[in-house]
Amino acid sequence: MARNFINLDVNPCKMCMPMGAAIAFKGIEKSILMMHGSQGCSTYMRRHMATHYNEPVDIASSSLTEQGTVYGGENNLKKGLRNTIQLYQPKVIGVVTTCLAETIGEDIDRLINEFVAEEEIAKDITFIPVATPGYGGTEYEGYYLSLRKMVERLAEEGSNDKVNIIAGNLTPAEIRRIKEILESFSISYNLLPDISKTLDAPYSKDYQKLPDGGTTIEEIKSMGGAKATIELGALLDEKISAGQFLEDEFRIPLYRVALPIGLANVDKFINALSKVTGAKPDPKLTEARGRMLDAMVDSHKYNAQGRAAIFGQPELVYSIATLCLENGLVPALLATGAKTSKLEELLKKDFGLAVEDTVIIDDTDFDTIRDYVNKLDVNILIGHSDGKFITERDGIPLVRVGFPIHDRVGGQRKVTIGYDGSVNFLDEITNTLLDRKYSSYREDMYDKHFTG
Amino acid sequence: MSRSAELGTLEERKDSILRNSKQEKKDLKCDQNSVAGAVSQRACVYSGARVVLNPITDAYHLVHGPIGCASYTWDLRGSLTSGAEVFRNSFSTDLREKDIVFGGEKKLTAAIDEIVEAYDPKVVFVYSTCVVGVIGDDLAAVCKAAEQKYNIRVIPVQAPGFAGNKSTGYKAAGNAILELMDTNVTPLKKKGINILGDYNLAGELWILQGYLNRVGIEVNAKFTGDSSCEEIMRAPQAELNIVQCAGSMTLLAKKMEKRYGIPFVKISFVGIDDTIASLRKIAQLLGEQKIIDNVEELIKEEQAKVKEELEFYRQRLEGYSAAIYVGGGFKAISLIKQFNSLGINPVMVGTQNGKKEEYARIRDLTDEGTIILDDANPTELEKFMKERGADILVGGVKERPLAYKLGVAFCDHNHGRKHPLTGFVGAVNFAKELDSTLNSPVWKIIAKESGGE
Repeated sequence: MARNFINLDVNPCKMCMPMGAAIAFKGIEKSILMMHGSQGCSTYMRRHMATHYNEPVDIASSSLTEQGTVYGGENNLKKGLRNTIQLYQPKVIGVVTTCLAETIGEDIDRLINEFVAEEEIAKDITFIPVATPGYGGTEYEGYYLSLRKMVERLAEEGSNDKVNIIAGNLTPAEIRRIKEILESFSISYNLLPDISKTLDAPYSKDYQKLPDGGTTIEEIKSMGGAKATIELGALLDEKISAGQFLEDEFRIPLYRVALPIGLANVDKFINALSKVTGAKPDPKLTEARGRMLDAMVDSHKYNAQGRAAIFGQPELVYSIATLCLENGLVPALLATGAKTSKLEELLKKDFGLAVEDTVIIDDTDFDTIRDYVNKLDVNILIGHSDGKFITERDGIPLVRVGFPIHDRVGGQRKVTIGYDGSVNFLDEITNTLLDRKYSSYREDMYDKHFTG
Repeated sequence: MSRSAELGTLEERKDSILRNSKQEKKDLKCDQNSVAGAVSQRACVYSGARVVLNPITDAYHLVHGPIGCASYTWDLRGSLTSGAEVFRNSFSTDLREKDIVFGGEKKLTAAIDEIVEAYDPKVVFVYSTCVVGVIGDDLAAVCKAAEQKYNIRVIPVQAPGFAGNKSTGYKAAGNAILELMDTNVTPLKKKGINILGDYNLAGELWILQGYLNRVGIEVNAKFTGDSSCEEIMRAPQAELNIVQCAGSMTLLAKKMEKRYGIPFVKISFVGIDDTIASLRKIAQLLGEQKIIDNVEELIKEEQAKVKEELEFYRQRLEGYSAAIYVGGGFKAISLIKQFNSLGINPVMVGTQNGKKEEYARIRDLTDEGTIILDDANPTELEKFMKERGADILVGGVKERPLAYKLGVAFCDHNHGRKHPLTGFVGAVNFAKELDSTLNSPVWKIIAKESGGE
């Protein structure tokens, strides 16, 4: 069963769509997000992001009140946009809806068009509206949908030598790693979104409310003329795929690959790059790959003792599951709060997953995950910080990865992608298993064989 | 562009910002809705209700709405418990598109059925959220039907996010607590006191309770930190209410005074001076000589324990300047005094939900030129911290990275703190935390990098 209750969600393993939009728009140069809804939504998301990225995250709200809810939020939204422009001087404003705005039927496309026609200050600003009702999906869909809407709005027909990279919801450090890999192929690229600096800004004497960095509007425009798109997202629905839009609209060949975690997935990403550039991977990459193979051999027996529960956003769960499968670590439970049937489908198809060994649940909650963790003798948890509740109650260690990580530092600097990143991540998993073994085996053996 | 915009603030916000002047006594505009687009640090009505009620340890907190509202507030506060752990879960009806279209009452009814069947609860709080307020689910009717069906308390908390601000949520929570108290009011025996508005963050309530027990004061009920539903139901029997977090609980205290004849007093255990004053005030109100004597004894003992350590820190902290941005005015007032006692000068003081009389008091307590703000935003916080040369900001989680980016030290006075900041021991922890951040070697490196001294 995917969830313990039919009507109840107990301890959510998901967030809502606007959260995904908030992260995606942070990857656009000099952009700010306006959430059309009540004041609380923006504050909650700012708090969640602030603890994960350890960066100031400013998100505007139209601060809808009772009056706006009854008579329409037009005044609030327009006034909110004016104030936000005055305070932040952004180049881009993402305007996203919330549960409230959608339920009262706000037409943000129309309101933005009016605003642009009415206001002088709006003329140099690019507005990107996205409908993200909180009840319409999770942060996963909100993230990819926002990217698609950016491309739908801005990409232009053309012809250039660039490659589009649509990044999944990775960390700023991982985006930097992606860039290193791209640069090793000496290709010019459009990377969407680029949170590498905006959500992990170097210390500087002069603080900027909208930090440097991020994908530029020009880059998004030129995505319509690129020679290929590589989209990091193996499970996503076509309707929220920016790469799919580019293929449908501009006939740009689309390579959709999983988040490059684990040997096979990194290979697929690198192969896609080789294919679109016609170049062989840099020797450094080949060397890193060899080192990964070596490391996999070194730790395979330790990994064989692992039974993992992996939870979080579907793309991450999928790629970590493949890393486990490659290394003999049993992915006993794969769980995501989003709705998807692709996890099972793809793992069976690409990795010959024997489903009888693995429980796969979607649209689930932590109450259910915890029950399975105990039922399936899981000895390691892999996922974001909310899994700590299982650790606290059942003593099973948690390897933190994904979003949010708010009870440890460094979530924004974690790298699990690429050959190097995968090895480091695998080491962390293996060491967590070893730590558990070393801390208890003397006692265990004594109890088992001496006391009998 | 208008002048205030040049200064980095919005025209509409200018009456909510005050430069303290002893000659010109102007009132600060407060208790208003946030200005759209200003990037307020405030949350919503639902949030206000949830933070107040959630620490009730054995209640089931069911959020009727889409998943976000429950997700972002799961175990939000670091409230500790000596009993049940139920409150550390987050229950939601997880509304979807079709529920929005067809209404969520059926789902809510079924969700309550599921809770009752699985957990056998005594009390369920059902929170409404933004959409529920719009689609018109009759929360009260659903709750009432469930009460009758199961013979338990199912209490609606009317908290659509848009229907006011956080203070409105406090009020909704207060009403829910009153409703719980009214379950079966027994003949009033008038004994012991209730502690209102301490949420037992990092065990702070236990410290307070410990002091009261030591001087011979019986604690009848506490809410909501480390409380049980049964305990709250017997709250009407107390002879006095003491109110620690004035922002969230004053209104409830007033209602209890009217309904049950229990007088209340606002106290604060933030900082040594306020702790001492509060203990004395409580003892005076109870009027028993023995308690009054015991309080003096306790003050003497506790002060002796912390004196040396506090002096050590005072010497290391004297001369710094502080900025304060917290939720309520009463806490800000205590913090001003606490900073002063450590030789630190507050140069900027703001709150999310302060009241008129609290801002008047803040004006009295601070120096000429101190910036006082209501419902500030990051732009204003940045501007005034820089302008006034604050060395440290005390605030919540969202303000922390901003302070750090500006090269300003930070003290976490938030829901999630892991060490207590109240009472005598808390005053030492506070000084220690200030020292750990203000006197960290990283600032020397940062200053050098930035071309400073």
